[in-house]
Amino acid sequence: MSAQAQSIAREPISSADDRETSWTESLRAGWRAWPGLWRAGIASAVAYRAEFVIWMLTTNMPLVMLALWSAVARSGPVAGYSSADFTAYYLTSLMVRVLTGCWVVWEMSMEIRSGTLSLRLLRPLHPFVAYAAENLAAFPLRALVATPILVLLVVFAHDKLTHDWLAWALFLPMLLGAWLITFLVMAIVGTLALFMESAIGLFQLWLSVSFVLSGYLIPLDLFPPALRQLTAVLPFRFTVSLPIELVLGRLSHAHALELMAAQWAYVAGFGVVALWLWRRGLSRFGAFGG
Amino acid sequence: MAESAAGPIPESSSGGFASLLRVARALARVSAVQALQYRVEALGEALLTLVRVATAVVPLLVVFGQRQSVEGWTRDEMLIVLGWFTFLTGVLEGTLSPSLLAVIEQVRNGTLDFVLIKPADAQLLVSFSKLSPTRIVDLVCGLGLIVTAFVRMGRWPSPGDLALSFVLLLSALAVLYSIALLVVSIAFVAVRVDNLFFLFTSTFDLARWPTTIFGGVLRIIFTFVLPLALMTTVPALAVLGKLEWTNAVGALLGSVAFFLIARFVWLRSLARYTSASS
Repeated sequence: MSAQAQSIAREPISSADDRETSWTESLRAGWRAWPGLWRAGIASAVAYRAEFVIWMLTTNMPLVMLALWSAVARSGPVAGYSSADFTAYYLTSLMVRVLTGCWVVWEMSMEIRSGTLSLRLLRPLHPFVAYAAENLAAFPLRALVATPILVLLVVFAHDKLTHDWLAWALFLPMLLGAWLITFLVMAIVGTLALFMESAIGLFQLWLSVSFVLSGYLIPLDLFPPALRQLTAVLPFRFTVSLPIELVLGRLSHAHALELMAAQWAYVAGFGVVALWLWRRGLSRFGAFGG
Repeated sequence: MAESAAGPIPESSSGGFASLLRVARALARVSAVQALQYRVEALGEALLTLVRVATAVVPLLVVFGQRQSVEGWTRDEMLIVLGWFTFLTGVLEGTLSPSLLAVIEQVRNGTLDFVLIKPADAQLLVSFSKLSPTRIVDLVCGLGLIVTAFVRMGRWPSPGDLALSFVLLLSALAVLYSIALLVVSIAFVAVRVDNLFFLFTSTFDLARWPTTIFGGVLRIIFTFVLPLALMTTVPALAVLGKLEWTNAVGALLGSVAFFLIARFVWLRSLARYTSASS
């Protein structure tokens, strides 16, 4: 019996190695399981809807910054931003943030610490796929929360929004790219919990730097030139600022496509790192009481 | 055995401030020992605080890169508000947040019983059950910001202003504590309130800016409903010597009232607590 249990416990690790060799099979499994995972995720998001809404309300920083900058802009535009520009900027920032939210790092670090990660390993599915499905399943509810923000945006700042069809066509893929960067960085830091004790601290470091350099709290245009050049290269911009710039019509067609290519290059890069790290880290995982 | 059965009685008879202090000191020591077990983590948290303070200063620099003053606040004056905010964040995250989140968990799974049978005031036990000593870095950074602001302004607060701001700091702590306690009291009625607690801490984030920059309804809310003004703006004004005496007295009375209400609500909700086993 115990030998059997052991073999079950060992199995996922060896099968994870196998899966590395058969990529197509893993993808097919993920594809088949997706609808089920998606439905389950939606059900759990809806089950805790009150909590969900409260959780969404904790995202209020853009509104504070809006109040601050409005006070500043009362005496004239700031670096080309009028009061109306700030309204459009921060409402969009809030919307992007609500739509691209993700919490996988907390989940991973908790599951690794408590050992419940072993349950996931038993499934014939890469845990990243399952995590992604669970997180994306909250999207319909997130869209619901984002709707009033969009309404406010249209009512108060419709003339600041772009009327360019290409920009709106690129908006969703760009949001997906933004979400994927956030998700993959979370997955990388979450995987680090296999190597060290407090991965959450590391993520909070990323988060506090990201708040400033992603354009979430301050439009990147307002930074001094040196800092602006830095933000153009770092990954942060692609998680928040890029979709905002797109929707506010601050990017030409060519520039938008170029930046989106850069965004997806970051996605690919982080994806490779996450998968590699996961394979390295999993061999260190000994489930507690598993 | 006899001791635990007779628990609540010595508390009310011998009780008193001295015993409360003794209990608080014991709680603090246990937490400190626990936290120091994880030295690397503690160091990491300390570094994280430094980064967080640095990133909090950036928006301030950007804003004042554009303007000399905003709604009557200069850069250095706002730096003082940010200093108070950092200090209070240290208190909140170092004592109240970890402890009170633990209570919410204990109410949910019924282990609060073990706290209630201890022969000391439950509110005290619950409020300081878990401390994060590394948050002292926040306190130091907060004071550092305030000192920096005064050095830059080239003047120092008068002893009177300093004393007043110290008193107002205590009242700010009382308000902060009361709000946290009120949120926890809700845990006895509605089961899952940890998110509500996070909502509170994220709203507290707004206190990093003077409340006077907010217009209209927000300003009224932040002054009277959720008294963020009381926590950072008023003490900052006091240390700057810009606070009127009437406002100071109002702030003090308000915080005392807040504390009494919170204590009352806590006792009422504790009476409603039906443990998991009964």
